[in-house]
Amino acid sequence: MANFYHSVRLDESLCKGCINCIKRCPTQAIRVRNGKAVITSEFCIDCGECIRICQHHAKLPTYDSVDIMKNYKHTVALPAPALYGQFNNLTDVRVVLTALKIMGFDDVFEVSGAAELVSEISRDYVMKHTEHWPIISTACPVIVRLIRVRFPNLITHMLPVLPPVEVAARLARKKAMAETGLPAEDIGILFISPCPAKTTFAKAPLCTDKSEIDGVLAIKDIYPLLLGPMKQAALAPEDLSISGRIGIGWGSTGGEAGGLLSDSYLAADGMENVIRVLEDLEDEKFHDLQFIELNACSGGCVGGVLTVENPYIAQAKLKRLHKYEVVARSHLDATPVEKPFWKNRLEYEPVFKLGESLLENINKINLVEELCARFPGLDCGSCGAPTCKALAEDIVRGKASENDCIHILREYLKEIISPFSMLDKDLNQGESDQ
Amino acid sequence: MSDQTGSAGVVLKYTVSPDDFTRAGEASSKVKNILKQMGISPDVIRKVSIAMYEGEINMVIHAHGGEITVTITPQEVLMELKDVGPGIEDVEKAMKAGYSTAPEQVRALGFGAGMGLPNMQGCTDEMKVETELGVGTTITMSVHMEDK
Repeated sequence: MANFYHSVRLDESLCKGCINCIKRCPTQAIRVRNGKAVITSEFCIDCGECIRICQHHAKLPTYDSVDIMKNYKHTVALPAPALYGQFNNLTDVRVVLTALKIMGFDDVFEVSGAAELVSEISRDYVMKHTEHWPIISTACPVIVRLIRVRFPNLITHMLPVLPPVEVAARLARKKAMAETGLPAEDIGILFISPCPAKTTFAKAPLCTDKSEIDGVLAIKDIYPLLLGPMKQAALAPEDLSISGRIGIGWGSTGGEAGGLLSDSYLAADGMENVIRVLEDLEDEKFHDLQFIELNACSGGCVGGVLTVENPYIAQAKLKRLHKYEVVARSHLDATPVEKPFWKNRLEYEPVFKLGESLLENINKINLVEELCARFPGLDCGSCGAPTCKALAEDIVRGKASENDCIHILREYLKEIISPFSMLDKDLNQGESDQ
Repeated sequence: MSDQTGSAGVVLKYTVSPDDFTRAGEASSKVKNILKQMGISPDVIRKVSIAMYEGEINMVIHAHGGEITVTITPQEVLMELKDVGPGIEDVEKAMKAGYSTAPEQVRALGFGAGMGLPNMQGCTDEMKVETELGVGTTITMSVHMEDK
């Protein structure tokens, strides 16, 4: 029933069994077992940190190949605003949009246009639901999954609005069907994404039954294919743009909050910072904020693992790009969105629970504490778990043993061989006496 | 392994270090995570973490730190916050929302709004304040497990 699809895979042949990913994972979802990294599916939230840290490129993001375009009679590209931050000296978004058509897409629908509609919907929702302040953004699928498994008390604070890409996909399909007369299945709605978490959303969305996104392409795959067409497009760019400053701003941190036209917000990015904000929020430390924007990647979407440019440079480029733009080009009165809200409630998934009954868990917690007292507390990772406490939890869950700790093992071995070493000493003693 | 588990409860002990705001909240955060691992209902977790966080902050602001003991049983989460600080002069006043004796530099940090004790009481099913001037304060709070 619970949905734990993931967009991170392991190439076993490349994995060296080092401890970099287990240390970096914010939900402690990875263990090294038998020399290879293994992801615990229920703990993983698709943040992509392991992909970022793996020097051996053994962690692979899941997304679609550009060849998916061939599967449809009519294709629509949905460029994420982060795409615009990838290019040097870009001053006109229309050049990128036109180049996407030259590259082979039949049409283009800017996600940033849909983002402006989502901004309008969110503004209204935030003002009407003061009882849920601060409202937490839900555009980043990683944040939704993180709250689902770790912050049950914050679920009521979540903005129950579909992310811009989904709104864009729905609008784009409707438009394409009207314009071409083709049935829905002949139209390919293809998102050009900064991150694999959107693949997870497209394949197994939470809070809505089915996504209208047919494929998720990587910005890093599209980028080299666009450079040539962009030169051509620059000569006569088509007027395909449907967004302004607000929509393009969504590509980096603070952009979504900016679209609310209120100063009462905070915007946090990067897993560690996001978790800290959520922890504090859970303790009700913030009182006067209306909105909290959270992005799993540092810098926001421009920091996704499928992008090519340094996130901070991309952020600067986006800023320069939208400096002289109109505030917004898409508006709800011209482009109404049908049912933009979540269809299903988000259900808390207590995946970190050690056992079933409370009594059982009392025993298990005591056992964890006891084991932790025995371990050296170095958090060396040699056992394959990120911390001594994580190993203790694994043992309690029946997934590891005490001797996985090399320090405990060493003590154990010392104990076994001690009679022999005494013998050895005696022999040596005898030799030197001679 | 050991028969410590026979008592059907988890006992956790924490030391709150004095005057260190950067570490205030550490104990409540640890307890919160343990409660989540135990599958305790989100509502109980919310009450415990807020009550304990407020108590911890109080110990840092007013009492030069102290000791916290948390006992989790199938019936309740019991928190005992013990300090050897100056004691509370007027408990009744301190329990009123908005009343604060926190120094100016503490309020500048956004703490000391006079909501600590009232919040703690609001989040707990039972709360007892034992205090003696010049000797210290012990606050005992209990959040009952609801049987859902």
